Amino acid sequence: MLRVRNLRVTGLAPVDLDLDAGDCIALSGPSGSGKTLILRSLADLDPSEGEVTLDGEARDSIAAPMWRRRVAYLAAEPGWWADVIGAHFPDHDLEAARELAAALGLSEKFFDAPVAQVSTGERQRLALVRLLLLAPRIMLLDEPTAALDEAAAARVEAVLAERLAAGVAIVLVTHDDAQAARLASRRLRIADGRLEEVA
Amino acid sequence: MIGAVPLDALDLAIAASLVLLNAGLSLWLRLGLARSLVIAAARTAVQLLLVGVVIKTLFDLASPSWTGLMVLAMVLLAGYEVHARQERRFTGAWTYGLGTLSVAAGAGLVTLLALIVVVQPEPWHHPRYAILLLGMILGNTMTGVSLAFDSLVTTASRERVAIEARLALGADRSTALGDAARRALRAGLMPIINAMSAAGVIALPGMMTGQILAGADPIGAVKYQVLIMFLIAGGTGIAVFLAVGAGVRRLSDSRHRLRLDRLRVPNSV
Repeated sequence: MLRVRNLRVTGLAPVDLDLDAGDCIALSGPSGSGKTLILRSLADLDPSEGEVTLDGEARDSIAAPMWRRRVAYLAAEPGWWADVIGAHFPDHDLEAARELAAALGLSEKFFDAPVAQVSTGERQRLALVRLLLLAPRIMLLDEPTAALDEAAAARVEAVLAERLAAGVAIVLVTHDDAQAARLASRRLRIADGRLEEVA
Repeated sequence: MIGAVPLDALDLAIAASLVLLNAGLSLWLRLGLARSLVIAAARTAVQLLLVGVVIKTLFDLASPSWTGLMVLAMVLLAGYEVHARQERRFTGAWTYGLGTLSVAAGAGLVTLLALIVVVQPEPWHHPRYAILLLGMILGNTMTGVSLAFDSLVTTASRERVAIEARLALGADRSTALGDAARRALRAGLMPIINAMSAAGVIALPGMMTGQILAGADPIGAVKYQVLIMFLIAGGTGIAVFLAVGAGVRRLSDSRHRLRLDRLRVPNSV
């Protein structure tokens, strides 16, 4: 599905990756080692050289907004551009958004709440809902459970596992070995500017 | 009606003593402003005298090429001023280039309209009208573009996370930067809207009062002032719109990425 060859990311040796339907790659490495930069480059949010294709289609032949809906990136600290949470969801998707939020343990009152009054962990899950609504083929998730307690993290993992079973592929940046063991089909680590397999 | 009362050097010296009074106050209160105050006052006198001489010479010459040269110099200086007022600039000469072009387009179009269609002096490029109209429109347009650029670039930098969140969710660059662009347009147009609202009530516009002091008929002076205000509003609108549009494109690329790397970090050369 996603094929990456010779992707140049600042500070890293050229990156090669292959992701098939249902694959989950867990990516770890020290802070500042370039994990986020790899995800951003794959989502085409930073200029990068290299060959990236989705189902054989070159990235540059697909309009960037369309590419990002298929290869969707969730930042570790997601951004909010309106005052109220609900304004970040398309109207026709609000029903689906509420259902997804419920699956992640969030009540629907959050959709009427001002962004500033919602906790970091709740915002992180609401941003995941926003991403899931795009129904992306590939999800690039930057520490999606970092601000969550165990119960909430388990709900997120359950939703991700469902998507994997449905054929979505995930690149998951995580510092949680147990989480990587539960979700990932392959584990990579950045060490000395190189991607290497975790035995 | 009495005519204009000419001013002599003594009159100006009396006015200058007020500036010295201010400077004395600054010294007494240790505001550290005395020096810049005196320099600024001296600059006002010297710069305006020089401009007076230049304008008088241009009137005497009444030559299209000299007028054109003056217009060019004014536009280039306005562009430089836009550039100089920015805290965060685009790398390379982009701030200067985009600032100059949008100011030139906005002020230029509107001035041409005023000369050829509205005022219709004979010849249409007579410096008395061309230079003075352009000067007034240019100064205000330049302020509008400066404020709009500043707002656009500052908002885009500060709201980076929110803008990239929209891009990551598949928004195109004009949607993702839309809020920043609208805020910049408002910032650029606000001064002229305020000036038009306050005109005559809170502030007496300088050009009109100047004309009346110099002996012109108040109603005639008011008509000119209204014309100038509308021209300024039109010119500023065009220039700010162009500047923000070009700024949004420069802050992003064809792959709809936010390109803050095209900005220089503030306070560095």
